[in-house]
Amino acid sequence: MSSAPPTLASVQGREYWVPLLQVAAQEVFELMLGCPLQVPPEPPAEQRLDITAMVGLAGQLCGILTLRCNAKSAVRMASEMLGIEADQAGPELWDAVGEVCNMTAGNFKNKITGLGDACVLSVPTVITGGDYSLHSFANAGALRAVLLFEGEPVVIALEIHS
Amino acid sequence: MANIRALIVDDSSVMRKIVERSLLRAGIELAQVFEAGNGAEALGTLQQNKVDLILCDINMPVMDGLEFVKQLPGVENAKGVPVVMITTEGSEGQVVQALSAGARGYIRKPFTPEQVKEHVLPLLAEKP
Repeated sequence: MSSAPPTLASVQGREYWVPLLQVAAQEVFELMLGCPLQVPPEPPAEQRLDITAMVGLAGQLCGILTLRCNAKSAVRMASEMLGIEADQAGPELWDAVGEVCNMTAGNFKNKITGLGDACVLSVPTVITGGDYSLHSFANAGALRAVLLFEGEPVVIALEIHS
Repeated sequence: MANIRALIVDDSSVMRKIVERSLLRAGIELAQVFEAGNGAEALGTLQQNKVDLILCDINMPVMDGLEFVKQLPGVENAKGVPVVMITTEGSEGQVVQALSAGARGYIRKPFTPEQVKEHVLPLLAEKP
């Protein structure tokens, strides 16, 4: 018996969303950076992640998608996307991380039946530094995927507002 | 495919570079690349420059890609120039609007150079 694809109408379908979130991010890294994003065999140890990119979602699905990584990973993303050496990455670093977050959010929503036309994305915002608290007012739970990029953790989270 | 003049319209400078690299990886030799951060800037570029190909994001500030495409029929240097939309959103409604307004194709982000090649080369082959 095959499992039904997730739909917006099915709240239970959200159990499928974490793997979709993972695949959405993995496709972005593989296609746009040429680098795999791996699922760790065990959750990596918590560490300070100083770069946070955020994209808002509005429409049938409201919430915020965040991508958090350390500075080393952010530099690596920019260098892979632009085809430049890591030490050449300048201000476009933030643009690169924001675009990765934006494409992950877009790719994720396009994988969910009915969301492509029914949900729009905000422009990305990137925050540097780890000494902050995020208050998204999400009230319908959060999905979280921890992946490894060149051995460093990348945390993708979707906080959902009903 | 050689000596192509491309106009790449996207509010992300990183994405503009990625699109340019993808064109090169697709075997398209670029004689000149013009960049614009939104539709209004792109219209300004087209007032003064002729191009062979336009690749355009949809969601941009100031003037989005849909409005840009709608205004192209009034631009002399854009006559007969194929426009390919590149979109993160992937909204079917937006894509239909863009195609109705005159865009010749669309590529959804994330994309591969092969997808760029598949969409762009046939359009450039029509060039007289």
